[in-house]
Amino acid sequence: MTQLILTLALICLAAAAFLVGRRKAIGVTGGRTSILHSRPVYHGWYVALACGLPAVSLWFMVLLAGDWMIDRTIVAALPGELREASAPILQRFLNDAETLAAGGIPTIEITPELEAAAASFRRLTLLERWVGFSAAMGLGLIGAGFAMRRIDISRRTRQPVERVLLIVLLAVAAISVLTTAGIVFSVLFEAIRFFDKVPFLDFLFGVKWSPQIALREDQVGSSGAFGAIPLFTGTILITLIAMLVAGPVGLLSAVYLAEYADPRHRAVAKPMLEILAGIPTVVYGFFAALVVAPALREAGIMVGLDVASESALAAGLVMGMMIIPFVSSLTDDALAAVPDDLRDASLGLGATHQETVTRVVIPAALPGIVAGFLLAVSRAIGETMIVVMAAGLAANLTANPLEAVTTVTVQIVTLLIGDQEFDSAKTLAAFALGLTLFMVTLGLNVVALRMVQKYQEKYD
Amino acid sequence: MVESADTRDAPRVKMRTRRLKLWYGDKQALAGIDLDVPEHRVTALIGPSGCGKTTFLKCLNRMTDTIDGVTTEGSVTLDDVDVRDRSVDVVQLRARVGMVFQKPNPFPKTVYDNIAYGPRIHGLAANRRELDDIVESSLRRAGLWEEVSGRLGDLATGMSGGQQQRLCIARSIAVAPEVILMDEPCSALDPISTARIEELIDDLRTKYTIVIVTHNLQQAARVSQMTAFFHLGRLIEVNSTAELFQSPAESMTEDYITGRFG
Repeated sequence: MTQLILTLALICLAAAAFLVGRRKAIGVTGGRTSILHSRPVYHGWYVALACGLPAVSLWFMVLLAGDWMIDRTIVAALPGELREASAPILQRFLNDAETLAAGGIPTIEITPELEAAAASFRRLTLLERWVGFSAAMGLGLIGAGFAMRRIDISRRTRQPVERVLLIVLLAVAAISVLTTAGIVFSVLFEAIRFFDKVPFLDFLFGVKWSPQIALREDQVGSSGAFGAIPLFTGTILITLIAMLVAGPVGLLSAVYLAEYADPRHRAVAKPMLEILAGIPTVVYGFFAALVVAPALREAGIMVGLDVASESALAAGLVMGMMIIPFVSSLTDDALAAVPDDLRDASLGLGATHQETVTRVVIPAALPGIVAGFLLAVSRAIGETMIVVMAAGLAANLTANPLEAVTTVTVQIVTLLIGDQEFDSAKTLAAFALGLTLFMVTLGLNVVALRMVQKYQEKYD
Repeated sequence: MVESADTRDAPRVKMRTRRLKLWYGDKQALAGIDLDVPEHRVTALIGPSGCGKTTFLKCLNRMTDTIDGVTTEGSVTLDDVDVRDRSVDVVQLRARVGMVFQKPNPFPKTVYDNIAYGPRIHGLAANRRELDDIVESSLRRAGLWEEVSGRLGDLATGMSGGQQQRLCIARSIAVAPEVILMDEPCSALDPISTARIEELIDDLRTKYTIVIVTHNLQQAARVSQMTAFFHLGRLIEVNSTAELFQSPAESMTEDYITGRFG
């Protein structure tokens, strides 16, 4: 808490430096700010950065290094037998000392050693804070003073400020990239641990999926099987059904919206279609499980077909509904990007509207349309909620859409639900599946984005 | 009217407009145009920007139909049949009255498929050989055959601007039109490409009737036999090109061609 207040104090110092710097910049011109090389606001930022950057960095360095040094000092002062204790016990002791120092209740019995440690903890922390804060304040004031002296009519303060801004933007942009890398590595390392227990090829090409690990040596059915082929085929089957729905419907509705609808219809139809994209997937899920699946089963009974109550067809149909707006909006963009010149050229040659659409506009937009389809496929493969609710759990190796199948995402969910030990093959299998899923969707996205890029270059 | 060498034996009128008026919404763009387009002649439409010459051109093959909120009045005839009559199919009209646009707009297809596009949709070729012949003769007539005969399978969008525009002309020739409308066909081209297109226009005159919109007065003087001067949606003056440029009847025409306004 104190750290937070002191950090805020440093930021206030920098803000004050901004005001002072800007005022001085205006002052040196005698009111004619147009003669300054850089605008007064850049001078303000220049002073604020010269003050705040070193002060805040020093402050955080003190906080990081200080905590480590405090721990070392306390451990060094401990009686022999405690000092020799194992790292986890020592760490727990230190945590309890810190808790006690803050007025909390420690998890271990309060001993004189603990009280002594807590007392020195309190003393050292106070020292650390005030020494660190004073040093940071001092450094900030020196920086501000230095920058203030440099303020001048011809001083180029815009360039350094903009350089700092560039670095800040770069750092912010790096966050998403680093997050992606972090996810990849965390999944990758767990997956590698899985492949220590189960051979890579058995996982990728095995046809039996039964992720059961025995709790005891003599347990029945103790051998787990981690062949992911049934999951892959299940995923592909459901994705295929989804695309058979979303592909034609999305494409044709986009053609209608982009090429035929008059503006009044378009203004109504497009938002309506996009409402579909706003429905939470869990709602689609129970729609699939409670409406579509029983309806299909009833229909199947009427024509004498045996339809599983958790059929691939039901999950695929509803997933297709879900990605219709995805396909149609990307296709609509692709069609809208086709220049009107081409439509005029075709009409000018005596082509009908329909010939123009099918022979010129759609072929010209094809790379964009295909890219949209690929993104939709990657969306369908990674979709979880609908299949968790509407597809089955049984890993059937079948191409029959009336049977129950399971998907990669469903299995990841079931493997990780409940209390699990994180070093059994069963749990680690989820990471291997996750990695496979990630690789496939990443590949699809990269291909799709490159197609979109190439396509856009053509009409620039 | 002093007859120039090209107009000595008075040509037949191919297209004719009478009291042609056009509105974009409630803004009037054409205020009653009466113009005769002579057969096998090049008719140039000149005038300052926004004077309605491109709009007028688009009325001739009803490309104005594709613009929302356009209303027209008056008559446009092709061989004495009103193109706005219910009996006239706009698709057939545009096959007879082709159009070349300001910016070269080849389809993102191969050179061959660009030329074959019109013949294919109109069913002009019974088999591949006939289609090949149409493609070759169209490219020859557009003066492009020597340059592209070896790369008919290449994408047309990869050619130079001048080649693309000649390809667009070849593409409109391929459907065997009677009239070709050209909307500033050289405005996006360099002087050498422009010269080639102008030569081409002169060659095409023997077989087709051509109407060309241009901002370039020298171009109008070089390629056309008839010139019509438009201003603010009105047809100010129309005459043989030689006559109009040498001794304009209207002072406004004179001001424009001598560069005093526009």
